[in-house]
Amino acid sequence: MSEPGEAGVPILSVHGIRFRHHGAAAPLFENLSLAVAPGEFVGVIGPNGSGKTTLLRLLAGVSQPSGGEVRLAGRDIRAIPPAERARLIAVVFQEARVLFNFSVLEIALMGRAPRLGRWGMERPEDFAAARAALAEMDLAGREDRHLHELSSGERQRALIARALAQEPRIVLMDEPTAFLDLKHRLQIHAILTRLNRERGLTVVATSHDLNLAARYGSRLVLLHEGRAVADGPPASVLTAERLREVYETEARVERDPATGAPYVIPIAPLYPGGGR
Amino acid sequence: MAPLTSRRLWVALGLLSAGFAASVAICASIGSSHHTILELFRQSTGDDTAAATILRIRLPRILMAAFAGAALGASGTVFQAVLRNPLADPYILGVSGGAALGAFLATAAGLQALAPALPVREAAAFLGAAATVGSLFLLSSAGGRLLSYPMLLIGVIMNTVYLSVILLIETVVDFTRLHGVRLWMIGSIPIEEYGVIAGMSVVLVLGIAGLSLAGRDLNLLSAGEDAARSLGVTVERTRLVTVLLASLITAAVVSVAGPIGFVGLIVPHAARLVFGPDHRLLVPASALTGAIFLVIADTAARTVMAPTEIPVGVITALCGGPFFLWLYRRQGGSGYFE
Repeated sequence: MSEPGEAGVPILSVHGIRFRHHGAAAPLFENLSLAVAPGEFVGVIGPNGSGKTTLLRLLAGVSQPSGGEVRLAGRDIRAIPPAERARLIAVVFQEARVLFNFSVLEIALMGRAPRLGRWGMERPEDFAAARAALAEMDLAGREDRHLHELSSGERQRALIARALAQEPRIVLMDEPTAFLDLKHRLQIHAILTRLNRERGLTVVATSHDLNLAARYGSRLVLLHEGRAVADGPPASVLTAERLREVYETEARVERDPATGAPYVIPIAPLYPGGGR
Repeated sequence: MAPLTSRRLWVALGLLSAGFAASVAICASIGSSHHTILELFRQSTGDDTAAATILRIRLPRILMAAFAGAALGASGTVFQAVLRNPLADPYILGVSGGAALGAFLATAAGLQALAPALPVREAAAFLGAAATVGSLFLLSSAGGRLLSYPMLLIGVIMNTVYLSVILLIETVVDFTRLHGVRLWMIGSIPIEEYGVIAGMSVVLVLGIAGLSLAGRDLNLLSAGEDAARSLGVTVERTRLVTVLLASLITAAVVSVAGPIGFVGLIVPHAARLVFGPDHRLLVPASALTGAIFLVIADTAARTVMAPTEIPVGVITALCGGPFFLWLYRRQGGSGYFE
């Protein structure tokens, strides 16, 4: 039997998945396969509508493909009890609305639910984990605030804290830094990189920020029209030719002398009057 | 407010239970004949009228009011969380109306008279409530998501149609068999036999306990359907079980007391202001708060203009409407109702 996390065995993968949105004429994914090895930091990039969010939801097990299979630690994800799955995977979704007046600390504590018995109350170690996650997200002084009293950046950080409090092996993030300012953007990526290096946390994050994705991801997957058109180290994925083809944008790709990562300087849309 | 701990949970429920006991004792001592509950504990009086008044008339009605308040408070809290809609309540969504129509049809068609020993009326009320919730889910979901505002609109429409159908049948059918329908439709608490009260207490205690035990799943659902799933909640099962239990307890009280408005809407919000949003406490706390509120409201209904009685639904609407408007103004800008 293969141990989950063993080198070479993917911790999370999709095999020939098929998916069609409710009411859509054509399927989004016809036959998509992709494997994430333990400890990888994968950036999923691609234009609007390319299927980044859907792929993340399928990987998270919150939505099911109509064909093919999603495997978590070598097992069909549908066969894994939900609480066990939630101890392995944490997800930060784009939609960040929490109803009612839950405090920031209560929201971080929600991340502990998969580790509690069905009727159990949070234990001191759960409070400790939630508080530590909030402190890492710069929210130590905001514990008693309600989510709707926070700025959108703070709100996003509270939801990331909930994911960290889950102490997962894998964290999936949909545009985690879209609402964040420069400082918190870099801070969150630095924390994810540290957790990735120190604890072997596997990270899959979608992004529209190509430079950030290239700088932090050890691997980029470029989605376009439901296919992974490029997959590999950032320097091999981000080329001027591909950006022209996929993003319909004329861009220069250079190498950051400090980090060695490629960075993209957009110049102009290929079709200024609109789409092709 | 600090997160919920076991200590705060039990202290809050203890205080609420004490408050409930006190409201029952006080309201049982108020009425047109001046008997107080203390007279029951005086050993030597040969006078049985105090016991008769309190035990046969006031107490059964008080208990029924408490049940109605508890069921509507708890189910309102649950509907708000499960449907992810702070404006949801069994009355507005048409669940009470569906239960009322079911109970009314069973009576008007003479089904209850055919089998007087069976809870036909209650079963019909439950079917009406469950069918309403089922239609709400079907009609207000698109692409696997529930849409809050269409749901409210559909609920309001169904409620209006139900009440019109009841009035239509009442106008057409033999009047004597449907005596008191109009009073019942606004919501009023009847005096029932202790057998009925005992049966109802079993249904309600089990139903509210079941809903309270789903409290943590309801918390996670407040953070969104996807978030709840990613945190290990089996959303479809939780939704089915809680909605059926909430419909069951709503139907149980509507079948005897009629569709009482506003309790299921304002009690959860009032309880949330005092006890916080955690459903493990909020569900039982809303039940007890609702019980206290309706016991007091019903005592007011039978005493304020005595000997004329005001339907309790009138009192709850007169208290609930202004409270809700105040709450809406207070929380309106904060995202609480969005």
